[in-house]
Order: sequence, then C-alpha cells, then structure tokens
Amino acid sequence: MKVAVCVKQVPDTWAEKRLKPEDSTLDRESAEGVLNELDEYAVEESLRLIEAHGGEVVVVSMGPERAGETIRKALSMGADAGIHVIDDALHGSDAIATSAALAKALEGRGFDLIVFGSESTDARMSVVPAMVAERLGLPQVTFAQKVEVDGSTVRIERQTEYGFDTVEAPLPAVVSVVEKINEPRYPSFKGIMAAKKKPVETLAVADLGLEPATVGLGAAWSGVADFAARPPKAAGTVVSDDGQGGVQIAEFLTVQKFI
Amino acid sequence: MAEILVLVDHSEGSVKKVTLELLTLARSLGTPSAVWLGGGADAAALAQLAEYGAETVYVADSADLDDYLVAPKAEALASLIADKAPTAVLIASTADGKEIAGRVAIKAESGIITDAVGVDADLTATQSVFGGSTVVKSKVTRGTPIITVRPNSTAPEAAPAAGNRADVAVSVSDAAKSARVTGRTVAQRGGRPDLAEAAIVVSGGRGVGGSEGFGVVEALADTLGAAVGASRAATDAGWYPHQFQVGQTGKTVSPQLYIANGISGAIQHRAGMQTSKTIVVVNKDPEAPIFELADFGVVGDLFAVVPQLTEEIAKRRA
Repeated sequence: MKVAVCVKQVPDTWAEKRLKPEDSTLDRESAEGVLNELDEYAVEESLRLIEAHGGEVVVVSMGPERAGETIRKALSMGADAGIHVIDDALHGSDAIATSAALAKALEGRGFDLIVFGSESTDARMSVVPAMVAERLGLPQVTFAQKVEVDGSTVRIERQTEYGFDTVEAPLPAVVSVVEKINEPRYPSFKGIMAAKKKPVETLAVADLGLEPATVGLGAAWSGVADFAARPPKAAGTVVSDDGQGGVQIAEFLTVQKFI
Repeated sequence: MAEILVLVDHSEGSVKKVTLELLTLARSLGTPSAVWLGGGADAAALAQLAEYGAETVYVADSADLDDYLVAPKAEALASLIADKAPTAVLIASTADGKEIAGRVAIKAESGIITDAVGVDADLTATQSVFGGSTVVKSKVTRGTPIITVRPNSTAPEAAPAAGNRADVAVSVSDAAKSARVTGRTVAQRGGRPDLAEAAIVVSGGRGVGGSEGFGVVEALADTLGAAVGASRAATDAGWYPHQFQVGQTGKTVSPQLYIANGISGAIQHRAGMQTSKTIVVVNKDPEAPIFELADFGVVGDLFAVVPQLTEEIAKRRA
C-alpha cells in the first residue's frame, strides 16, 4: 500500500501568532516552526497502516525552505520519502490554490490513501482535505477517530457532535484524522540519523503544471482587507472565596440575567 | 433584492439553532432563501424557517444526500448556486458545513471564508483568528462569496416571511457517491446541548483532578442547561472524552456565558473560548492567566465554590 501524508509547518502551538502588516499573511518568522500537531497524528496513523499492511509512506508538504524541517521530522518518525512543494510564487496562497498545488503533486503517483490532519493550528479552516478530494475526484473519509483498511476498502469512524458515523469508501481515498486517534511516536536517534539520507523530491509550480499566476497571494479568491489586535478586555471583578464564592457568582449571574 | 442562500443545518428533522442565526444574519445582507438538503423537511421545520425570514425554502430531498458523506450535498448546493446566482451563500461553521463549503467553492469557482463571526452588508466578513487575539476583515474577490459562520455569532430574531417551498431535483454523480455512511452511533450525553451551539458552556480542567471530579462540573452545567467542555489537560489525562475539548486543537466556542473551573488558561485553551461574551472563572491559583479574561472570578476551591453555585442557582429559580 502506498500512503501519502500531507503535513504543514505552522508556528508553535504555544506561541502568540500575528499577521504581517505589509501583506496580511502569517508572520512565520516570529515563532518557531513546528510540524502541525494534528498532522503528527496523521503521520503516526500512516505509519501504523503501513506496519499492518506493508508498503511505503511519502510525506508531502507545501511551504518555504524551512518547511523542509517538518518533512525531516516526519521522515525521522519513519516515513520513507518526501515531496516538498516549494516556490516563492506560492507565498500567500489561499486554500483554493493550496489544494490545487497539493492535488497536482499527489496525482498520478499511485497513492492508495492520502492522509491529512483534520486542521492546521494556524489557519484552522479544515477544508483542504475535502478540497483535495474534490480536485482528485476521490472519496473523502474525514475527521476520523479510527481508520481501518480491509482489502480495497477503507472504513473510518467520523467524529460527530453526537458520537460518530461509520463511513466506508473504496481505495484510493482521502482521509483526515482527529487528535487522539493515536499516540504519535517520538523520533528515535536512529530515526533521526536515517531521515538525513531519505530522498526528498522538490517540486516547483512549473513542475506541477500550474500557471504561476493561478497561485499565491495575488491569485487568492479572497483577501484580507484589514486586521487589528483584539482590544484588551476590560478587567473584571475577582474575589477570594470567603465561603460565599458560589453565592457571589450566582449574584453576578442574576445581575447579568443568566438566572 | 439580492438572494442570500442559507444552508439549513438539520438533524433528525429539526432545524439547528445556528440556521436561525444565519437566516437572521442573511436578512441584513439581502433576501434569505433556505436550502434544505436531504430528508425530513416537514411542515413544522418549514414553518420555523419562514418564521426566521426565509422567503423561499429550496428542498432537495434525496436519500443520496443523507447516505453519503458531504460530496452529494456539495454537488446539490453548487448546482443551486449555478441556477439561482445568489449574492452570497452562508453555511454553519461545522465540520460538515466547512467541507461542503470547500467543495462548493471549487465547483463554483468562488472564494471561501470560514469561521466568520460577522458579515457586513457589503459582504465583508469578520473573523476572530489566532485564538481570538486578532480580528480580521476579509472579502471574497471572486465568484459567489461562500462564507461559513460560527454558531452563536448572531442572536436569532424572528421576522416572518413567506417560506414558499420550492422542490429542486437532485442528480448526484456516481463519483460523489463513494463515501457511504453505513452507521450512526450516538453517544450518551444526558440531553445536553451541542458544545459548539450551546448558549452556556461549563468546563473543567486540570484542577478538577480526575474523571469523578467532573461530576460537579456536569451538575452545574445541567442546572444551567449548559454544555460541558474540558481543557486539553483534562482530555489528555482521559478524565473527559476528547470531543469535548475546548481549545486550539479542539472546539472553538463562543457562548453567551463560559464558566471555567480549574483551568489555568494557557493559550491552548484561551484560543478556543476567549470570544465568549461573558466569562466566569473559578480557580484556586490567583496567578492563573485565565483571570485576565474573567468578567467575574473567584479565587477558591472549585469543589466548594461550584456545588454552592449549583445549589444557589436552584434556590433562586425555585
């Protein structure tokens, strides 16, 4: 089985994030770049599927040069090879263009499964897996809390508000996984050393067969008109519990008409 | 007048509250038309959509829309957009809603904005990003704006309109019928409202100390008719199911009232709740950063404060 796992480098989850005043894109320099947390689950799930069924895992990422670190991280966890979609023309791409570039990088390579994390912790749109499925004409089985492959069928439990739905589709298919589907492994020292020698193919916009004018900030189908830091919240009332703390909250809630 | 399509979010034949919010918002942008995909559009549901301002209710009733994941709904909505050429399309920011929106945007060659918390008359959307630390104004610049809107962004207000039912034919391609929903499993949740939609959320974190400690959190939630949330520390420890996690890697909620119990307020958690309208905090650590967000906070032991609060609410309501 051949599995592609798509990953994104994002600012550290714990860092304050900001937009750049000059072009309203994410300031990626102001915080350490890390493998998107939710993609760690995608990498782990891909590795487990291969351990169970045999085959290879190819990690795919679109991003600037430093996104190569993220590909190496996934390789050090155990993925076999990487594809780095890298081109200055891609800077500022919206989800529409991102999905187009990823679809081009993925198609025609014989992947049985294309696995994503359910969202990135920076943009948090959760739309790219569905968009890639749309572009490739593949079934999407997304927001999985459990993934099983049985012959030529993939079956997942899709996390819902009320529990989960069981969804199945023929391979090849696009999968996205939610947090807690598994416990991602830490790269071993051996894994880190091995990752340095694993092949990473780089693809530019021209290699994907896309026109540079159709990707990047200038080609986005939506744009940021304006942004501002959220005004700080006015300080509230904080009291120490003197045995009446619960009653005091009830009084506050009554004044606020919640009770 | 400009037609605004509102995709109805429904479950077991009942209309979700977020749909009434979207209809209310749509009225400030043009004339709302509701779009019902799948079965269950009975007279009561249609009457409710009319009550909140739907001039027309397009109904595409086909089992194909219910039996397969997302793709058939995206096809049906895209074909309606091609047919009606609406000014904008509003969809609830749920997992399904965002995925439908993403597919529709590609089919309709249109820009997409997700997780809007407001939309102006000129279709500029307001988003609260990076955990609510930055407010962004965005606009779709190509095609029909496809905008997903977070629950609890608009207060639903009734404004009766005709609500004329217009049945639309659906033909779903074979390609869209590839991911079949073979079963639905409903977890027990004691009749509590959906976390994303709830007007009040009561949540617990590390300070709750264990799964049994969530009993006091749940008791308060049930007294208030609230949903229960949990911080990542609590879900990671296995004290509460993961789907109730509020935060950067969990759900983003924006209720009228958020009561945080034993939660320190790391950025991971604040990212999921700091746009809540009113925030109440109970924590024994006076230095906990969550107090910076509090409209009202009590420094104290949640196992003393929360049960007393629950009891006091019951007393005041009696």
